[in-house]
Amino acid sequence: MSSTEPRRTALDATHRALGATMTDFAGWDMPLRYGSEREEHVAVRTRAGLFDLSHMGEITVTGPQAAELLNFALVGNIGTVKPGRARYTMICREDGGILDDLIVYRLDDTAYMVVANASNAQVVLDALTRRAAGFDAEVRDDRDAYALLAVQGPESPGILASLTDADLDGLKYYAGLPGTVAGVPALIARTGYTGEDGFELFVKPEHAVELWQALTKAGEGAGLVPCGLSCRDTLRLEAGMPLYGNELSTALTPFDAGLGRVVKFEKEGDFVGRAALTEAAERAASEPPRVLVGLVAEGRRVPRSGYPVVAGGEVIGEVTSGAPSPTLGKPIAMAYVDAAHAAPGTEGVGVDIRGSHEPYEVVALPFYKRQK
Amino acid sequence: MSNPQQLRYSKEHEWLSGAEDGVSTVGITEHAANALGDVVFVQLPEVGDAVTAGETCGELESTKSVSDLYSPVSGEIAEVNEDVVNDPSLVNSAPFEGGWLFKVRITDEPADLLSADEYTAFTAG
Repeated sequence: MSSTEPRRTALDATHRALGATMTDFAGWDMPLRYGSEREEHVAVRTRAGLFDLSHMGEITVTGPQAAELLNFALVGNIGTVKPGRARYTMICREDGGILDDLIVYRLDDTAYMVVANASNAQVVLDALTRRAAGFDAEVRDDRDAYALLAVQGPESPGILASLTDADLDGLKYYAGLPGTVAGVPALIARTGYTGEDGFELFVKPEHAVELWQALTKAGEGAGLVPCGLSCRDTLRLEAGMPLYGNELSTALTPFDAGLGRVVKFEKEGDFVGRAALTEAAERAASEPPRVLVGLVAEGRRVPRSGYPVVAGGEVIGEVTSGAPSPTLGKPIAMAYVDAAHAAPGTEGVGVDIRGSHEPYEVVALPFYKRQK
Repeated sequence: MSNPQQLRYSKEHEWLSGAEDGVSTVGITEHAANALGDVVFVQLPEVGDAVTAGETCGELESTKSVSDLYSPVSGEIAEVNEDVVNDPSLVNSAPFEGGWLFKVRITDEPADLLSADEYTAFTAG
């Protein structure tokens, strides 16, 4: 594993044949975009998009005490997740710092699949393995066992329904069920990272190309297009979803990130980070540190991660993610700002864009919410 | 992609047309536009500004990044393309035509501008 060669997904040749611009992402060679990233973004908002997300890290946890292990290792109450359902949660250090944000799928009574960010998969695997000591449960590295394809956008239920007998109407948001799609065995999950309705399909890597082609064909009439990581980033930003490495880091607790709701103190037993997170919760309630807010530009210059947020000539925060928003038609950003300037509508807030202070409006997140 | 034969090119991926009455047109190449992705904001110099070969004179913002715009020659800005300011996607859709950026009255040009074939080889490397 000393090679610096990027890892390639099972769909690598497919992406190249489609003329994708590839990019290195967490050690993987991934499609950044196939054509115009704005058109891909709009396709997901209005029709459907097809993503290869095989870089995501799957870890399977099984055994009689799988739930107890996850309750100890993660901040959420995983014991209350019913078979066939999924939960957004986090794994923290003893000091409360966020190691990663995760989706945990409960596959059956004693089996869970933990999906970690590609950049953190090894860290999560190591932490879970270490924290499993003393539990009657097994932690298995399944990163190479799955390819992950996502179909996202309002047309995605119809497209998927044409390829499967699975009960998609009965499949709620944040649920997953095993089924067959285009003849391929798949875990069908109604999850995503775009702010749209959609599905994520976990399949064996050897079935990835066949499934990609079937979805492409089934989506032709509905305007489905292949989509790269560039539009995935602008889609999740508009939806106000945090990205590890931007909004989330080991230097922050879930409370600092405005996501204290994922920490379930009421669950049974101890869990890693409980003491530190209890303090963090009190601090956030009494004297909140910086607050994660949305910023919308009045001008056209785009804020980028790391740019200072300013008010009255003082630095009052920092941009964590920024991009031109295809849906709003103007630049947007997420930023941590001092609590005094965090209320929506706060006057006089700007972003220092390479030396010039551009006016920005403070807004509540998300920037975009789909009509249900 | 093919780089028009009648243009000359800089290693910063600008193209330069032949001069008409001492004025040449400047834009960025298709190679550069593709590398940037969708251009969403263009900041150009102003008419009358003096520009220097190889120095920045504006910027191009795309979804993922911001890039400096370099002038391939020295001179005075004679005209800027207001259409591309209003619709930056022209840089992507027609980099060698409607997506031109500015016209410059040349006072000096560097000796190392590339021919189309040289630029094609440069970007292939």
